[in-house]
Amino acid sequence: MLGLLFFVFVLAVFLGFELISKVPSQLHTPLMSGSNAISGITIVGALVAAGQGEGGLTVTILGTLAVVAAMINVVGGYLVTDRMLGMFRHKDGGAK
Amino acid sequence: MLSSDHPLITSLYILASVLFIVGLKMLNRAATARRGNLISGVGMLAAIVATCLLKGISFQWILLGAIVGSAIGAVASYSVKMTAMPEMVGLFNGFGGLASMLVAWAEFHKWRGLGWEAYLRTLGAGAPDSSLFTAVAAVFTAIVGAVTFSGSVVAFLKLAEWITGRPILFRGQRLLNGAIVLATLAAAAAVVVQRPTGGAAYAAFGAVMTLGLVLGVTSVIPIGGADMPVVISLLNSYSGVAAAAAGFIILNNGLIVAGSLVGASGLILTNIMCKAMNRSLANVLFSGFGAVETASSSAVQGEVKPVSVEDAYYILEAARSVVFVPGYGMAVAQAQHVVRELGQLLEKNGAEVKYCIHPVAGRMPGHMNVLLAEASVPYEQLVEPGDVNPVIDTVDVAIVIGANDVVNPAAREDRTSPLWGMPIINVDQARTCIVLKRSMRPGFAGVENPLFFKPNTRMLFGDAKASISALVAEFKSE
Repeated sequence: MLGLLFFVFVLAVFLGFELISKVPSQLHTPLMSGSNAISGITIVGALVAAGQGEGGLTVTILGTLAVVAAMINVVGGYLVTDRMLGMFRHKDGGAK
Repeated sequence: MLSSDHPLITSLYILASVLFIVGLKMLNRAATARRGNLISGVGMLAAIVATCLLKGISFQWILLGAIVGSAIGAVASYSVKMTAMPEMVGLFNGFGGLASMLVAWAEFHKWRGLGWEAYLRTLGAGAPDSSLFTAVAAVFTAIVGAVTFSGSVVAFLKLAEWITGRPILFRGQRLLNGAIVLATLAAAAAVVVQRPTGGAAYAAFGAVMTLGLVLGVTSVIPIGGADMPVVISLLNSYSGVAAAAAGFIILNNGLIVAGSLVGASGLILTNIMCKAMNRSLANVLFSGFGAVETASSSAVQGEVKPVSVEDAYYILEAARSVVFVPGYGMAVAQAQHVVRELGQLLEKNGAEVKYCIHPVAGRMPGHMNVLLAEASVPYEQLVEPGDVNPVIDTVDVAIVIGANDVVNPAAREDRTSPLWGMPIINVDQARTCIVLKRSMRPGFAGVENPLFFKPNTRMLFGDAKASISALVAEFKSE
């Protein structure tokens, strides 16, 4: 199990480096805030802690706080990225 | 409902990972970026749905947290001004780090309450046979998450100018930071050795989180405003690492894949920013660049030639090609809309207009691009230094708006300059260069700029927005 996790981890890191090699600078901000939204994936751990009820009320409360923080990251991150990208325009005035 | 190794759950996490990868790939190109962001959002939804299908999940607390968090995120993202985008992105990022830290804390508490055997069962099938591994993952997540959170909050405070944007330095700072790192590691080791048994282990875990939070503050305060693009992208990378580490605690491949993608892409962006300043990451993080007004070794020769709005108008009126070089000053003055208006008037007047953007202009990667996009400048007109520098001698007028260090020819000419070797936009080689500036104060790096003393440079003093508006009025009265 652990070997497999590390296997996935190393491959994903390499994939990340390959994906983001040549980004035009006008996309630096959207790329950053878009990937920032993805880091809100920690919501998965937060949902488990808040919803499973294992470990008592403290875990539930910590989990719920984590859900709040992660949702701010996810919702805020995706919406703000979308808002920015909606402003990028072509010469003919069409939104992209 | 379903156990964590149910094929449907696994498939949904795989789907989420694939959608994140496709989305990130599409964010690389302007034409597909918006759809890419949407696809990555669908991936997030898939991961959330998969988690909610797990057996034993009850929803009252989740709903409460999700509603509160979504509302805050939505309101913040719609109300934020484009000029305040760097601090908002930084703050969102910090919340990701906070979430990871809280997840680590919750898992630690759960483990302590249930004992290892029972905790192992909650992790589901394929759980590690070693509690050492989970303990290491938990403290690592807590540290990185805490540093991301408090570091991002400090970056936010600096960018929003609630605290000074200048580097905050004091004697023995590095020594203190080193001591905090050592103390953090010692507390982490104490947790790992004891595993979650007894009060001492809990105290140690609390110490890990507290020291992580302190470390985030002390490592960001010595970094100046002009270096913020590097810090923001580095913290972005950290939040990914924290999420991936949380994946190692709860044994979730979806977290590991998404977290590592963000960690890697954040590092690449950090590297691009460092290269654009010709400095190493270590130099950015530890040097306190721009803390002191460095007395330039070679006194700058020549005299400053101020120009009136009217004279600047005559220069621009005759120009056939014009390049705007915006910097942080344009963001501060909120001048992007009048700049675009002036650009359109110049085009109507028959000039070819470009906007040349240095990668580290502003306070986050791509800051100037976002502002000009807000002002509806078509992105075909936004060019990079590599496109402009080779043909800069054919440019009639370069207009520098609130940029300083990124157009400082000392980077090319003065080996003793702190900026030496930084790739700049060679506006001093344009036929005429008009610099819009409040006063003769040096830029954030505190370095004297010989550009202002060049024979072909004209200084248009005053607020950037007011000056550009006056130029626009001159063109309109024509």
